[in-house]
Parts: sequence; C-alpha cells; structure tokens
Amino acid sequence: MARKLLLTHIDVPGIHTFEVYRQKGGYRAVEKALKTMSPDDVVEEVKKSGLRGRGGAGFPTGMKWSFLAKPEGVPRYLVCNGDESEPGTFKDRFLMTHIPHALLEGMIVSSYALGAKTSYIYVRGEMMPQIRILEKAIEEAKVAGFLGKNILGTGYDLEIYVQPGGGAYICGEETALLESLEGKRGNPRIKPPFPAIAGLYGCPTVVNNVESIAATVPIINDGGEEYAKIGIERSTGTKLISAGGNLVRPGVYEIELGLPVEEFIYSDEYCGGIANGKRLKAVVAGGSSVPILPTNLILKTINGNNRLMTYESLADGGFQTGTSMGSGGFIAFDEDQCIVRNTWNFTRFYHHESCGQCSPCREGTGWMEKVLHKIEMGHGDLSDIELLWDIQRRIEGNTICPLGDAAAWPVAAAIRHFRDEFEWHINHPQDALTHNFGLAHYADPLTPIVS
Amino acid sequence: MAEEVKLKVTIDGISVEVAPGTTILNAARQIGGDIVPPAMCYYSKLEGSGGKCRTCLVKVSKGSEKDPRPMPKLVASCRTTVMDGMEVENITSPDVVDARKAVVEMLLINHPLDCPVCDQAGECKLQDLGFEHGSAQTRYEFERRTFERIDIGDKIQLHMNRCILCYRCVFVADQITDKRTHGIIGRGDHAEISTYIQNVVENDFSGNVIDVCPVGALTDKTFRFKNRVWFTKPVDAHRDCPTCSGKVTLWYKGKDAIRVTARKDEFGEVEEFICNTCRFDKKETSDWKLEEPTPISDQSVISSNHYTHFNPPAVIENNPVLQEQNLEQLARTEKLK
Repeated sequence: MARKLLLTHIDVPGIHTFEVYRQKGGYRAVEKALKTMSPDDVVEEVKKSGLRGRGGAGFPTGMKWSFLAKPEGVPRYLVCNGDESEPGTFKDRFLMTHIPHALLEGMIVSSYALGAKTSYIYVRGEMMPQIRILEKAIEEAKVAGFLGKNILGTGYDLEIYVQPGGGAYICGEETALLESLEGKRGNPRIKPPFPAIAGLYGCPTVVNNVESIAATVPIINDGGEEYAKIGIERSTGTKLISAGGNLVRPGVYEIELGLPVEEFIYSDEYCGGIANGKRLKAVVAGGSSVPILPTNLILKTINGNNRLMTYESLADGGFQTGTSMGSGGFIAFDEDQCIVRNTWNFTRFYHHESCGQCSPCREGTGWMEKVLHKIEMGHGDLSDIELLWDIQRRIEGNTICPLGDAAAWPVAAAIRHFRDEFEWHINHPQDALTHNFGLAHYADPLTPIVS
Repeated sequence: MAEEVKLKVTIDGISVEVAPGTTILNAARQIGGDIVPPAMCYYSKLEGSGGKCRTCLVKVSKGSEKDPRPMPKLVASCRTTVMDGMEVENITSPDVVDARKAVVEMLLINHPLDCPVCDQAGECKLQDLGFEHGSAQTRYEFERRTFERIDIGDKIQLHMNRCILCYRCVFVADQITDKRTHGIIGRGDHAEISTYIQNVVENDFSGNVIDVCPVGALTDKTFRFKNRVWFTKPVDAHRDCPTCSGKVTLWYKGKDAIRVTARKDEFGEVEEFICNTCRFDKKETSDWKLEEPTPISDQSVISSNHYTHFNPPAVIENNPVLQEQNLEQLARTEKLK
C-alpha cells in the first residue's frame, strides 16, 4: 500500500469539519510552525523537502518563496490558486471539497513563512460548493483561534479570504489571476516584473497551487528531509493525480512520485486497467495542455526504460517522445477513441478561453479549431495537416503567457504521433462522418509514428 | 555629480549606449533605420502599452556581459529592457522575420485588406507591415468576423472589422480622458472594442483615440472619405488653446483645411495629445498660426505630390518634355506652400 500524506484520512466521516480534522491530528503543523519555528525555518524546511509546484510548471516551491521581495513597510501576500480549469484536472477541487482544512492549515503555515498577513484563496467562480465549504472552514478555524488576530497567542495575525473568480481558464495563469483578484479583466501581465517583486496591488506576492500549499503540512509535521525521502531524484513527495477517460476506476489518487505509469494504469490499487477490456491507445498525462503520447511511449521511454510518474521521466525525450506531469490530469484513451476529434475538442477549449490580448493566440487558436473541425467533419485536405503544424509552430513561444503553448502542444503531439489518423480522416471522409474510426484504418494502433 | 550610467546594446551588429530601463525597441529607435522593430500596440506616450501584438518580437542572442546566455524565446522588444552587453537580432534573424510574418498573417485573418476604400490608407501601420512581411496569399479560408459600423459619439466612427485589438484606444480612454466610457468586451477572437451599452465617447480628449489607432478601425467622421491622405498637404500650425497645447497638423486640400490631427513623430506617435475643440471645431486657416509644412518621410505615400526639391525619377531623367512638366509641378507645389 502506497504511503499517503494528503489523503490519509479521506475516508474518515466528517473530515471536512474542523472538529474531526483536529481529532485526526490536524493543525499540528500550525502549532509547530508558529510556536517553535521562525518564518525562515519554515522556508528552509520546504526547500529541504524538494517540493515542486503542483500546478503544472513544477517549479521548486521553496526557491519560489525565497525570491519574495521583502521591502520595509510593504505588505506581502500569499494567493492560493484554486482556479483549476485544465480539462482533465480535478484534484484541487477534490481536496477543497473533502479536506478543506488541509488547505487552510497549509495556508496558515505558508503565510507565516512568507510574512503575509492577508491571504487569498482564488477559486473558479463556477465552484460555488467549494467556495462555501472553504468559507465555512475559515469560520471554524477562526472560532478555534487558528485565524484572525494573535493566532494561538503567538502574536501572528492572519486573515484569509475566499475570492470567486470570473470563470475564465486564463485566470489560472498567475498574473491574470492577480489582475482578476484586483477586480480587473483577467488578462495576463507581461513579465517581468514577476509577482514575487510586484504582484497583488503591486506588492510582493507568492501564488501557489492548492496542492502545493496543502503539501506544506506534512513537510512541517515530519520535516523536509523526511518528505524528500518519498519519491525519487528531483521528484519528491506524493502527488495527487486526477485520472479520467476510459479507465476502470477513474478518480483522484495520491501516488508516491516514481510509480511506474504502467502500474498506475493497470494495478488494482489505482485505475484498474482500461474499461470494457479495451486496449490503451494513448494517454494525456498532465492535463489537456501536455503532449499526448501513444501507448508504447507512455509506458516506456525511448530508451526502453519504464516510464515513471515523475517530472523527469514523463518529460524524457522532450517534445519528441516525452510529455509532462503538468497539473496531474491523467486522461486515458482506449482504442476506439478518435485522436482528431479529441484534439479538436481540446483546441476548441483553448480557442474559447484565449484572453485575446496577443495576436498569435487570439487568432491562431481559432484558426486551428476551424481546420481541425474541417478535418473531423470529413472536409479536410492533406495540406491541412501541414497547415495545422505550421499554425501551432507559429503560436508556440510567441505569446504573452503559456496559454498559447498550451494550445499548440496538443496539436503538435497529435500530429507527431498520430499523423496517420489525421490522414485517414481526410482520406475516408464518410467513415469519419459516421464516427467509424475503429481499428480498421490502422495497421497497428500501438505503433506510433515518431520522426 | 555622478557619471550617468550607460548600457551598451548591440542590435543587428550596430551598437548604441542607452540609459538603464530603456527597452530594446527604444534602443533600436535611437539607432534608427531598418533595424527598428515594427510596433502595432506599443505607444510611447501611453503607459503600459505594448507586448500584445507581438510584431516587435526580437531574438536576444546574448543576454548581457554578466550572463551571456541567449534568451530561450523571442521577446517583445517594446517591453524588454536592455542589459549591458546585450546582443539583439532583429532583421538579421530568420526566426524573427518568420515570426513577424506569422503575426502579420494572424492579424490579417480578421482585418480586411480594403485599403482602396479604408480611410487609414497611407497612414496604416498594418499596411506597411503587410507590405514588408506579408504573403501574397492567405492560407485562411474560413469566414471572417464582420460587424456593423458604430458611431461612438457624433465625431468618431468605429468599424470593428478592421480592429486588431491593440488596446491603444483603451489606454487613451484610461489615461487621458476624464471618464472611462469604452473598453474591451468578450475574449479571444470574439473580443471587441465597445462603449458601455449605447454610450458615446464624449469628452475633451476623446478624439485622440483616432490618432492612436494604427489601422482604420477608429476614424474621424468629419474627415471620413473627404479625401485620400496622399492628396492632402500637411502643415504644422498652432493656436492658443486653453485646454491643450494647441499644436496640431492641418491637412490641406487646396485652400481648405479638411482635417486636424495631433502632430506625430517619425514612428507615427502623437507628440502631444490635443483637445476635441482643436481637432473638430477649428478648421479655418484663420483659427491658426501656420508654421511650416509637416516633415513627411519620402518613404511615405503621404509624401507624394509634396515635392520639396527637384528630384525626377529615373524614367524621366532623359526626357526633356517630362522634365519640363516635372519642373512645372514643382513650381506649383512650392507656390501652394
């Protein structure tokens, strides 16, 4: 049985309430940090843990905290990014729904480490149940003396507010989130300056993902070095994975980083294999923005080693043969799924969610969607594949924020690994229209085309 | 007095020393010439502008003397400040030229090439950019978005078909007018410039949104379709204005001033924003003290018909009849000044 840190008590009835959470050892990290550690000690423990941001970029959390500017007389802010909008990713929502106090405890510890006296949890506007749950949890923590003035008599004051977002995917990008939090249109800011220097209201700000903040609790409880022993190499600790698609048991799993992908998909402890006895065709390993990989590449690296659930192993081979841990949204596709249709679906999302500030993303995402739709509807031409490739190439890296890359990568990977399926769609328009995209057009669906 | 610190930056092999905080674009502008990146959304007089259109992307092949590593991606030159020893590639980088070509293609997806009827023809930055970096054919085959023209106030017309969402007019509304009445609604390629529902843009400085628009989306209703810009003759003039500096350019057609705009620098940016009274209500020569013909680059289409010296094109150099006619044309032009 794998070790769990965040979801240890997930099955305990009432764990979402302060009382039960406290009975199960909750808020020990707050007591320990505030009463026995200096803010710098907390930062040091997080650095020792090797914790990497769980939102998608995987940047070391402790290092991010150490970049925070600390000018005299200027407030500092911690902002929790609970916007979670990546298709296929739902682990933060799970955490906020079922163990809200784990997030609050992490918020208090992290705010203390950063010297923040006001912190915000920014939650996507559509997640009203989660917003209410968090607000209730804040009230409970306040009554118990873990929030507000002079927490536990230590002299440390902290207020936490829950802020519903505007319901835009782009507001999950940290600078767009800050704009939205300030009451403005959620457009990404151009960096530099980075939020650590000029963030919320122009003050030094750290923006962390829900899971990253919650992970500080076991780090403080057990020590950074203990945490670093879990996982492997530079991927330490545990990670929440939201598994979806054609799996026997989709859901949110806490895994130790370093778990083989094959074990995650097929073992009974996790996803239990592919539903309805089908074969696995492809996997999107970290939310819709990361490159899709065909079965052989998601199970093995190009060198024939087992692909592991770690930041490094998933990225092995770069864009040619690798993917990314991303936000932990693991989507499995069985042999009957249409890659063209799926790519169109993802692209439709990015087109809809592009903020429209910069030209390549604003116009390019829409263009890609239209070309993909045309192919999917059986009106494509072989030259459309080259066109698609060229459009994504011209979006990637040329935009203000990573949404452009997020839109470009799925298209690039789909063409790179499933070009024959695009060609089949174009050459068999009637079959495509009737969704007869089974195995018939494949010589071997498990053999990808990798140039 | 401490010696002023200067940073050395090299753009396309040409070095220049600039003050700290200078952007790559402005450093290039100090050098001038072909190495100046184009800019559709950056506007030096508007705080926070730039970084959006991506036409000014450049390659930083050397970060600085201290950290010579190249930057991993192309960067927006209008928002990236120089470091000492930085080396930048603009027109010498195939990547940059390719990216710029891509941006032009994207911009032209929803911008019609209706230059023959567009009021901005001759003053359109996208037209210049398309000429320099565009392709002869578009690969876009789908329906373009279209809008009805909207009068936003009695003097300004918005034609969203041509808008490239550079945000310049939004910054003008934010920064130099006394109340915010228009902005951007919608997102992605559904975004559009709009006034608050059924509202109008009416304040003393609202006319400046016309001057900052790089394309023909926002036009002056008192001038629309009265003439093509290259048939007019711009003259700098001023008046004592209680609201603004009163420094303008009058655009003459014969004896009549048919348009008044703010004066613009060599990059097409307003030197000083002007009020609506100067722009829309003062079109008599008697309202103004004339200064001199507005300097216009001989590369600009506006310079046609504005001979300042005898410089016959090669084709008529050996033709005495045409030379004579050219001299007559020059004389007539000089007389009109």
